[in-house]
Order: sequence, then structure tokens, then C-alpha cells
Amino acid sequence: MKKLIACIAFVITVPAAAQTAAPVIPATPVEQGGLTGSVSDEKEWQDLGIAIPAFATDANKPTPANAQGTGALGVEVARVITADLRNNGLFLPVGPDALPRPSYPEIPAPNWGIWSGRNADMLVHGHVVAEGDGNLTIACHLYDVSLRQQLVSQTWRLPPADWRRGAHKCADLVYSRLSGESPFFDSKIAYIAETGPKGHRTKQLAIMDSDGANHRFITTGKATALTPRYSPDYRSIVYLSYLNGNPRIYVYDLASGSQRLVTQSTNPTFAPRWSPDGKTILYSMAVNGNTDIYSVSAQGGPSKRLTDAPGIDVGGSFSPDGRSIVFESDRSGSQQIYIMNADGSNQRRISFFGGRAATPEWSPRGDQIAFTHIAGNFRVALMDPSGGNVRHLTDSWQDEAPTWSPNGRIIQFFRTERNSGRTSLWQVDLTGRNLRRLATPVDGSDPAWGPVLP
Amino acid sequence: MKRKLATSVILASAMALAACQSKAPDTLPPQPAGSTPPPESAGPIPGSQADFEAKMAGRQVIYFDTDRYNVDTRAVAALQQQAQWLMQYPNKRATIEGHADERGTRDYNLALGERRANAAKNYLVSLGVDASRLTTVSYGKERPAALGSDESAWAQNRRAVTVTID
Repeated sequence: MKKLIACIAFVITVPAAAQTAAPVIPATPVEQGGLTGSVSDEKEWQDLGIAIPAFATDANKPTPANAQGTGALGVEVARVITADLRNNGLFLPVGPDALPRPSYPEIPAPNWGIWSGRNADMLVHGHVVAEGDGNLTIACHLYDVSLRQQLVSQTWRLPPADWRRGAHKCADLVYSRLSGESPFFDSKIAYIAETGPKGHRTKQLAIMDSDGANHRFITTGKATALTPRYSPDYRSIVYLSYLNGNPRIYVYDLASGSQRLVTQSTNPTFAPRWSPDGKTILYSMAVNGNTDIYSVSAQGGPSKRLTDAPGIDVGGSFSPDGRSIVFESDRSGSQQIYIMNADGSNQRRISFFGGRAATPEWSPRGDQIAFTHIAGNFRVALMDPSGGNVRHLTDSWQDEAPTWSPNGRIIQFFRTERNSGRTSLWQVDLTGRNLRRLATPVDGSDPAWGPVLP
Repeated sequence: MKRKLATSVILASAMALAACQSKAPDTLPPQPAGSTPPPESAGPIPGSQADFEAKMAGRQVIYFDTDRYNVDTRAVAALQQQAQWLMQYPNKRATIEGHADERGTRDYNLALGERRANAAKNYLVSLGVDASRLTTVSYGKERPAALGSDESAWAQNRRAVTVTID
């Protein structure tokens, strides 16, 4: 691991003066070192102790991001980074509330003596500065304490309302640099918020940041909403609504708050999915009781029918290259998982391991398919795209509908409680570790994790 | 809340009935909103959803086996009664609601509910009900009738419910 760190000299220094438009958040093209595709050799970096003291500020100035000014905001930023890493079981982070506070001049030149005595392998320093134009500059530096050397640093310019994104970007920078994995914290989740008794649930479309912050209900709950999916550019959400009494797929535009039907048809449409490039929407439509999978341009226009088996063909998830689709079908007599080319050709079953298999979702890395395995209970499981190497990640009464983190390391799903019917959002990493429930204001189902924000 | 509302609606309709009685005993007042059945003595208005439910006495619902959508013999008997009633009131339209139990994934259950509703619809059409009078809607596992998580509850939830439109 150390060797890897030494090999990748990845230091981005963005001169703040050169930046004009906000937000300017350059992509972090961290090359993946030898860890791609592996699931077991992460122990070494997992045990790294990381000190994350409060971010410093040049002068405590007022900012809409914090009532007490940039000084207090610096503490909050460090807390968000610490929570990101801790809640996902990554490293051994220690946050600002248990650490001395570095001064502004110490940010680019740490006081090594303080940190080497604290059993920290890594040190995160950063600053928060309120610019004259009202924007914030948030800088993040990662240091190796024993080497007394900076490993990576980056600066972002953000509108004050987006201050948490600066913290997530810093957590992503630290995580990517130390693990060799792609980032995932600066991302959002769409899901269905549920309230009310089992026989009469209210189901609303809702969104939140990857850490649960900035939660917002999108629909009122008057019409049942189900199965949302964020568009890859986060501009819209495709979802099912019983608006006007019948299940139909709508594309909801987040900026305008308006929505349109994905296809003009009197038939019920459901199970919508985006292609990775956001140009195509897959959906399922029942005609005279027979459900097949169709694709349509995200801009509208004619639909193309991809399946024509007499059974139920439903769902569908594109491979990251957009060339294949994994979907479920009961054409063999029970729900099983199939793969086809994106044009519907070459349909073939891949699940042959007993029980039923449903809700397949292709990993953003392409090497795994997450699905719901129904054999007695409902469990979230993984398999290779060939259908081999099945591994169960959960073991409860009813866990279903997996969705991948943008980097393909973590899976979220929803759990239903027996009898009460109460639902909750959960996540687990693809090694089966770090199972935890996500905090949501009310019950939740159908999580859909979007990509990392640019 | 629902109870209270229903009670007051029944009271209101009873009072309306009493007021009308001396003048025109043969003409009933218009159905109160919400199509709550009027007091038993009067009986539901022939051809109304209340009348349909009273005549069907539970046979407005047919049930299915796990993951199945075929119409079995018990369902056939129920659908024959439904068809008879629908033929008697040829201007009535109906929606058939398809449902699944909670032990299925969401998308699949929507498709399965649609299949069940269509199986019921197709059978009614085969008995002579005009297809244009019947619509279907699937609620998947979203609207269970029985709230438990056991075989008996699931059996009650794998259903297609015919609802006539007043």
C-alpha cells in the first residue's frame, strides 16, 4: 500500500485566483491501483488512523452557510468528513471535537509535533474562506504523518448553500487517495418515503444527500409514488406515479418541478431505468396483462420493444458500457435473471442456483450484478455477470431492491419488517461488512443512488 | 374519522328518506356522496356498486395461488355471478383491480397484479361482457386487504377485485 502511495504522485493545486465561475469542482481522476475488482485486500488501509481537526479560516467572516461565521463552519466541515468516513466503516477517523485546532498558517505546513504524538497515521487539514463575491473556498490537504509529507490536496469554490459538498469532496479525496477506489460521498439518493398504516401507506418521492442531509420531499403523497431513479446528470428523476389513478412513469424535472409522461400510452408503465449516458430510458409496459421491456429516448419519441416472451419481463439495468441489459423474466416458470444486448437480441438466462432471482442491478464497475434472491426469505446477493460466484450480503426476512454506490463498493436496499410492513433503508459494502440502517425522517423504500457529482 | 363520517351520512340519508316518505314513497333521494349504502330497509339502489357488492356477497373478489394468475373453479363461479350482474346493467362500467401478496418484489408484483386483473377481465369478456366496459389497474403489493405476514393473509391478498363505477 505504501508503495502505491509513493507511486501515485497525485497532487492537484488549484490556484484560487484562476477560478471565476462557481462551483468549480474539477473531477478527481484518481487512477485505480491494483485493488480494482478485489474485495478482500482492503484491511491494510481500513486500519489507518486519520485525524480530522477543524478547518481553519483566515478571518471569521459571516457566511450564509453558518450563523456563527466561517470559524464555526470549519468545525462543521471537519465533522461532516469524519461522519462520512466513520459511518461507512472507512478507516479510523478522529474528528474535530477531540482534537486541537490548527491555525490558518498551519494548514499548508502542519505542526508535525502535535500530530505524530497522537497515533494518527494520516492528517486532514483544510481551510474555509468566505470570498468577497459571497462564495466559499474550501481547501483540503491529506498528509502522511510519519512521512511528514502531503499526499494530495485540492481546493473547491462553492456557493455557501453547497458547503457540505466541499466536505464530501474532501472525504472523497481522502478515501480515493488512500484506498485506490473511486469516490462516492458527493452524491445523492432518491427514495420513497413511507408513512401510515400497512393497508393504506402514503408513498412520496424524496431525495437526500448520500449522508442523509438536505432531505426534501418531492411529491405530496396524494398519489402513490414508487421506484425512482435519478438521471445521471441529476436534473431529473424518473419514477412511477398513480397520478390520475393508473400506474404510469413520469420524468420529473427537478429545476422546474414539472413532469411529463415517459410515453403516451393507455397501458400501465412501470420499472423505469436510465441508461448510463442518460439518453435512454428503459421501462416495462403491460399490454393485455403481458409485461415486456421497452426502451425510449429520454427526450421522448417512439418506443422500441426489447422483449416479447409470453411471461413477465420486467426491470432491467444497463451494463456500464451501455451495451448489455440485465433483466428479470418468469418465462421459465419463475422469476429468474437474464441478459440481453441493448437492442434486445441474444437473450439468455444467467441465474441457475435455486430459488427466484429478481431486481438485478449492474455494478457501475461492471464486474458484479446485485439482485434479490428469493428462497424463503428475501436476501440481497451478488453474482458475476456470468451468473456464477453467488454471495449473499444480507440475511433478514425481506431485503430487496439493491442499488449501487457510484463507485460500486456499497449497496443500498430496503428492508420490510414482518407483519407491521414498516420499511427502512439499509446499506452494506460488497464484502458483506458494515451493514447499517440509514437515518430517514420517516420509513423508506426503493433507494436509488445517483452518480458522483462533477 | 371514517366511522363518524359514515354514521352522519347514514343519519342524513335516513332523515332525507323520512322527509320524502309522505310525498313520493316510490322515489328515493339521490345517493349521498361516497355511495354509502342507504339504510337496510330501503336496500341498495339496483345497479349501484352497493347493489353489486350486496349481490356478490364477497364474490366480487377472486383469489389466486402464489405467483399464479389462472382462474380456478371457485373464481369461475364468482366471475359468472359478476357477469350476470354486469349483463343485467349493460350501461355499467367496471374496473378490475389486480393485487399481489407482499412476498414478491415491487416491479414484478405490479406486473403480476396486471396479469391477474386481465385474467379476470378476459373471463368476464368470454362470458359476454363487452370488453370496452372493463378496465384494469394493478396495485401490486401496495394495497393489502389482510395485514398479517402469514399464509392466510397472503392468500387473501392475491386477488382481483371487481369494482363497478357508479
